[in-house]
Amino acid sequence: MQRRAPRKDFMFTGFFFTLKRFGVPVSINEWMTLQEALKAGLTDASLSVFYRLARAILVKNESYYDRYDRAFAEYFKGIESDDILVDEILKGLEEVDPLTLTEAEKRLLQALPLEEVLENFRKQWEEGHFKGHVGGDRAIGTGGRSTQGAFGYNPAGVRIGQGYGRHGSAIQIAEKREFRNYSSDMILDTRILRVALSKLRTLLPEGPFDELDIDNTIDKTCRNAGDLELVWKRSRKNKIKVLLVMDVGGSMEPYHWAVSKLFSAAKSQIKDLKHYYFHNCVYQDLWTDIERSSSVPTSEVISQYDKDYKVIYVGDASMAPSELLDVNGCIEYFYRNEEAGIWWLHKLMARFPASVWLNPMRRRIFETSLSGRMISKIFPMFELTLDGLDEAIRALLKPKRPRITPEEIQSFISRRNRPYQIMY
Amino acid sequence: MKKQFKGTESYIASDALSEVVNAATALGRPLLVKGEPGTGKTLLAHAVAKDLGKRLLVWNVKSTTKARDGLYIYDTVQRLHDSRFSDHDVSDIKNYIRMGKLGEAFTADEQVVLLIDEIDKADLEFPNDLLNELDEMSFHIHETDETISARHRPIVIITSNNEKELPDAFLRRCLFHFIAFPDEQMMERIVKVHHPDIENKLLAEIIKKFYWVRSLDSLRKKPSTSEIIDWVSALVSGGVDPRRIKKEVPFLGVLIKKEQDIDIVLAQANPY
Repeated sequence: MQRRAPRKDFMFTGFFFTLKRFGVPVSINEWMTLQEALKAGLTDASLSVFYRLARAILVKNESYYDRYDRAFAEYFKGIESDDILVDEILKGLEEVDPLTLTEAEKRLLQALPLEEVLENFRKQWEEGHFKGHVGGDRAIGTGGRSTQGAFGYNPAGVRIGQGYGRHGSAIQIAEKREFRNYSSDMILDTRILRVALSKLRTLLPEGPFDELDIDNTIDKTCRNAGDLELVWKRSRKNKIKVLLVMDVGGSMEPYHWAVSKLFSAAKSQIKDLKHYYFHNCVYQDLWTDIERSSSVPTSEVISQYDKDYKVIYVGDASMAPSELLDVNGCIEYFYRNEEAGIWWLHKLMARFPASVWLNPMRRRIFETSLSGRMISKIFPMFELTLDGLDEAIRALLKPKRPRITPEEIQSFISRRNRPYQIMY
Repeated sequence: MKKQFKGTESYIASDALSEVVNAATALGRPLLVKGEPGTGKTLLAHAVAKDLGKRLLVWNVKSTTKARDGLYIYDTVQRLHDSRFSDHDVSDIKNYIRMGKLGEAFTADEQVVLLIDEIDKADLEFPNDLLNELDEMSFHIHETDETISARHRPIVIITSNNEKELPDAFLRRCLFHFIAFPDEQMMERIVKVHHPDIENKLLAEIIKKFYWVRSLDSLRKKPSTSEIIDWVSALVSGGVDPRRIKKEVPFLGVLIKKEQDIDIVLAQANPY
C-alpha cells in the first residue's frame, strides 16, 4: 500500500473546519478547553476516548451528535492505516509550547469575529506559515494573541494512541450513527415537540398593579427596619392564543401520527388552543371533529377570534389545482363551494397575520407541487420537523413578509386557464 | 493519582460517562447531563459522590429559584424579628447571611459534589446569572463586603430535562453528556443490579418484550429504566412464566402509564 506523506497540519485545524462544515456549532472557547484536556492527557492515548471527550467538550446538544459522528468519520477515516502519521503527530506534539492565556486575553479572543479569524488563518496557511508544528512565531503564536494563534497552536498535546488497533473503533462508532434519531431534522416525539412549542409561550405582566408582592414587601419593610412598605405588582399571564387548523384524511393519512403528536404537544403547552379540521383545502366550513361530522362556518371563525390569534395550519398542501382554484372545486362531490378555496385561505390570512403552514412532507417535495407552491405564497410554509417547527415559531412571533394581495391571487386563477403556463 | 470515577455497585456507568465525569473533574468544569427521563441523570451525582467518597450537596431547582438563592441569603426577616428582643446581636449582618448550596460547596473543608438538579426548570436567565460564579468559583456578598472563593473546586453536575434551551454562553463552559437509552446488554446488567437472582431465561424474555414495547412508534410516553425495574419486580413476585411474557404483556399497567398507550400496545400485542 502506498503511504501518503504525513499531513503536518493533521490535528485539528482540519477537524475544526470539518465540524463547522457539517454544521456543528463549535466556538473557540470550547476549542481551547479541548486543548486543555489534551494537554492534561485525558485522552488516554486512544482515539475512542478522544472521540467521546471531544464530543463532550465541543457538542452541547444531542441533536448535533449525528453531525459530529459524520464529521468525525469523514475526518479520521484512514488514520488506522497510517501509523507513520501517528508517530509524526506524536513527535510534533511534544515540541509545542503550551498556550497560556490570561482571562483578559481569552475574552479578547472570544470577541474576535470568527470570520476574520478564519480568513486570517487561511491567509497564513497559504503563505506557508504552518510548516511543522514548532516555532512558527507568527502563525503558531505562543501567546495566543494573534488571530491565528488559537488555531496555529492546535496540534498541542494530542496523543493519538500508540494502541494501533483502537483507532478503528472510534470511527466505527462514529460511522454507526447511533444518534441519527436525535438529529433535529427528524420528526420527533411529543416531548420534544412540546419543548419547541413552549417557545411560543409569552408570559407578560398584565393589567394594573394590584397584586401584593409579598416577598418584596417583606424585604423592603425589613430593610426599612420595620417601617411597613407595601409593594404592588402586576400579575403575569400567558398571553399566547393559537388556532390549530389540521388537514385530515386522504393523502394526510400517512402523517396521522405526526399530526396527532403535534396536537397533543400543543394542547399541553398552550392554554388557549382552538382547533379545527379540513380536508385538502379550507372552504366555507371548518370541521370541529376529526370525523368531520360537525362544522362551523369559516366566516364565523374569522369573526369570532381576534387577530392576535396565531394560526398554525398543518397539511400536505397537495391537491388538484381545481380544488384550490375552482368554484365547486372541492374533492367531495356532494360539497359545493361558491368561492374557490384559495379565497378562503386568503381571507384567513388577512384576518390573522401571524400564520404559518406546517407540511409533513419534505420541502423539496412540497415545493414541486403546484398547490404547494401557491399555498406557500400565501402562508410561510415549513417542514413538520423540529427544525421546521423552530423556524415556523420564529415566523409566528415575528411575521414579517409582505402579505399576498388579492390581485396576485386573481392572477393564480387566471393563469390557470392557460394550460402549461401555470406558475412557471 | 486521584481516584477515578467508575460507577458503583448499584449505578452502572458506561465508559463514555465515566470518562466524561473524570474529564470534567480534571478540568474543573461543570458537567451538564441530559437524557430521557429515567436514564439516571440525578442518580449520577449520587453515584459519583459515593464512588469518590465525597459529600453530596443537592440544589433542587424550581421555577421560582433565583441564582442568588444558591449563593447566599440575607435573612432580613430573622434580623427584624431579633431586633425586637435584645438577646441577639443584630448589628452584625454576618450573623444573618446564610449560605446557599453553591456557597456551601465553596466554603466546604474538602471537595464536594454539587448537584444542580433540573436547571431547565428555572427562569431563562438563571444559568446566565451563574456564569461568573461557576467560572471563577467565587462570589461577593454585598451586605458584608466579603468575597467567598472556593477552597476546593467542587465537582459540579447539572441535569436538564430539555424543557428550555440553555444559553450558549453557559453551554460553552460546560462539558456535555447525553445519556443514551441503554442497549439490551446494558439493560441486562442494570436489571441484574436490582434483581440479582433473576433467571436468565425470564430476563431475556422480559428484555425482548420491553424493547419491543419501546419500539412502538406511536407511544406517547415510552417506558424507561425505572419502569422496567418495577415491571421485573411485578413479574418476579407474580411468578409469571417466561412463556406467558412471550405471548402477552402481563402487568402492562406497570410499564405504560397512559391510557391511549395501553390501547396501542394491546392492539399490537401479538408475538413478534
